[in-house]
Amino acid sequence: MSHDDFQRHEASIFTPAFFALLLLTLIGFFLVAMRFVKGIGAVSNMSDGYPWGIWITYDVATGTAIACGGYAMAILVYIRNQMSYHPMIRSAVLTSLFGYGLAGFSVMVDVGRPWNAYNFFIPSKWQVNSAMFEVALCVMAYTTVLLIEFLPALLTRLEEADSRSLRRLADRLHRRIGVAPDRLMTRIEWARAGAAWLRPRLDKVLIFIIVLGITLPTMHQSSLGSLLLIASTKLHPLWHTGFLPLLFLINCVYIGYSICILESVLSSYAFKRPFETRELTGLAAIIPWVTVIWLSVVVGDLLWRGQLGKVFAFDFYAGFFLLEIGLVAGGAFILFSRANRASVRWLFVSAAMIVLGGALYRFNVYLIGFNPGDGWRYFPSLAEFLITVGIIAFEILCYKVLVKVLPVLPRLHGRDHAPPAAPPLTQPH
Amino acid sequence: MKERDGWGREVSRRDFMRVCVTVSAALGLPFGMAGRIAEAAMADGRPAVIWLHFQECTGCSESLLRASHPTVATLLLEMISLDYHETLMAGAGHQAEAALHASMQGNKGKYLLVVEGAIPTRQDGIYCKVAGKTALESLQEAAAGAQAIIAIGSCASFGGIQAAAPNPTGAVGVGDIIKDKPIVNLPGCPPNPYSLLSTILYFTTFNKLPELDAKGRPLFAYGRKLHEHCERRPHFDAGRFAQAFGDEGHRQGYCLYKLGCKGPATYANCSVNRFNDIGVWPVSVGHPCIGCTEQALLFNTAIADKVQIHEPTPFDSYAPVDLKEKGKGPDPLTTGIVGLAAGTALGAGAMVARRLPVDSGTQENDHGAAD
Repeated sequence: MSHDDFQRHEASIFTPAFFALLLLTLIGFFLVAMRFVKGIGAVSNMSDGYPWGIWITYDVATGTAIACGGYAMAILVYIRNQMSYHPMIRSAVLTSLFGYGLAGFSVMVDVGRPWNAYNFFIPSKWQVNSAMFEVALCVMAYTTVLLIEFLPALLTRLEEADSRSLRRLADRLHRRIGVAPDRLMTRIEWARAGAAWLRPRLDKVLIFIIVLGITLPTMHQSSLGSLLLIASTKLHPLWHTGFLPLLFLINCVYIGYSICILESVLSSYAFKRPFETRELTGLAAIIPWVTVIWLSVVVGDLLWRGQLGKVFAFDFYAGFFLLEIGLVAGGAFILFSRANRASVRWLFVSAAMIVLGGALYRFNVYLIGFNPGDGWRYFPSLAEFLITVGIIAFEILCYKVLVKVLPVLPRLHGRDHAPPAAPPLTQPH
Repeated sequence: MKERDGWGREVSRRDFMRVCVTVSAALGLPFGMAGRIAEAAMADGRPAVIWLHFQECTGCSESLLRASHPTVATLLLEMISLDYHETLMAGAGHQAEAALHASMQGNKGKYLLVVEGAIPTRQDGIYCKVAGKTALESLQEAAAGAQAIIAIGSCASFGGIQAAAPNPTGAVGVGDIIKDKPIVNLPGCPPNPYSLLSTILYFTTFNKLPELDAKGRPLFAYGRKLHEHCERRPHFDAGRFAQAFGDEGHRQGYCLYKLGCKGPATYANCSVNRFNDIGVWPVSVGHPCIGCTEQALLFNTAIADKVQIHEPTPFDSYAPVDLKEKGKGPDPLTTGIVGLAAGTALGAGAMVARRLPVDSGTQENDHGAAD
């Protein structure tokens, strides 16, 4: 677990994309403020029939699955001991951290009485039999675990940071605020020494944190499925099954691997770094088998429950079911071919299909296949959408900034600190 | 409310308000009326009440006074000026008679007359005498100056057990003798103390009597058959009946109709208001209703007799389910923007995919997109 596997991406932070994302983030957070000032009805279309709108469906149920890259990679690296994938783990963990942190944030936006949320920290108030309690507890614990998993990146940066810009700033502020430069430097040295002291010790216990980080999503991703078990009369029979927890668990694994591929291809493309094709090809070989397990459970369960006929009803629900199955199966089918697995384009296309199909599965379970009774209808309001978009934009924004200030992306061997204008020609390893 | 030294024990404000709210609920009044009722109950000009006992067992007074929780009795006795009550007043003999006549003279036309017990009429009513006067004479004398009359219990309302065949004393209810005064019948053996309290509070609050049915019973308490609100009603509807006392069905709490329950023909609030402040009533402890609020049933039918069922099944039509559109659906602006965004994302994805190398891309990453 050498930290030498990672490096900072040296590029300007303030790009046009940065400002575009910032604008979306600001709009989103302005609407979040509106929600707290004027109430949840002012921004959302949620109702008694549909108390869970797009915030829970996307930000929590789907967002955490998309954030399962860290989980899936941790299984691969630490359980299957395939250390060649280790360079990819830090960006996966960072994505997971944002995904989960913002899922927790979305819940706070979504709950009707957020001022009661403090009860969550009082064990005597816990309802330990609730699947929702498990989800909440695991999401919080997993966010903490991800933070600790990500901490080495921050500590390395603290150790290696040159403090020239900070010193320049202190020099400018000198007369007005009166921070003595030598005192400032002492402080910086303390922080550096502290980081240097902590990092090797953290490295020693990190594996236990990582094991916890693998346990927690296994627990709560299945619980996300359990949440809908209770809605047996409301969820369409195509999706309501006792296997919901298992399906959600497997679903998050293939979404996790696929999102790692997407993320890697897109950041290589956007940051003009070489494609990590060798690792991606290896990852891509796992995905179709996971989806085959998932599809077998889905189809087998439909057969067993005698609901297979609903698929061929070709109504609204069957359409979405077929789309979901088609995307996942189509993506998996592409990846069965060795040639396609070695092609960046086909990797991207198939991973995108599987992520879309897997996410659609969660949308189907939480929203599209959910019918609370005659007359009820729901479609997210614009403000609801913009809050979700704002949260996603914030996630990407933070990712883009953090990879430029902290060592997150895989180190490019042979050419450290490549200037952004000249893309390196070498591939990692 | 000023704490007063009450009969029995003091009534806390909480208990007082609870009783006032209960009474206004029992009367079917809006919640806000509880305040007016509380004011009326606290007002100083307490109505004079003369309470006469004739052919009866004093069970009605007992059920009021011996409630395990004395709030109702305390309130009632605090609220009214009970000038004459043979079993409650301290005085006796001439002293008691003097109090009765003083009140009748002093409050002429203003007092409430409560009658408990039936009035014998055969042989000039010689079967019941107090102070040398027959019940008939006492009633006529007291009723002449009364503002209104409350006949409490089945005996005062329609003769009760005394009037059961062959009715040797010719016992009748108040309504058979007094024709020129407003009479409220509160039949029951005994009636619920709350019905008396509610009637008196209604009278003092609004200065009129509550709405009555054809038999002179206030509709707020006697407006519905107790069968309609019986806790065993689901068993009736499902056809689960106790066949004999102590059988399996009886132990399971099944419907008591086949044991002779008169609930389907009895208008009363027992199944709702209940008794003894602990929520019991005969049916709740396994005994069929004997129809004590109905002249045609009590002592005129055997306890085991089954009444004719006129509505064997529950109502078969339900309130329409509201099929109006609930919640907000898509609006054009949102769908437009979402569609545009989704289309853009798909298009951008397709463009990226097109620019990505088909091979492993390891030779050169020479795409033109800028960050």
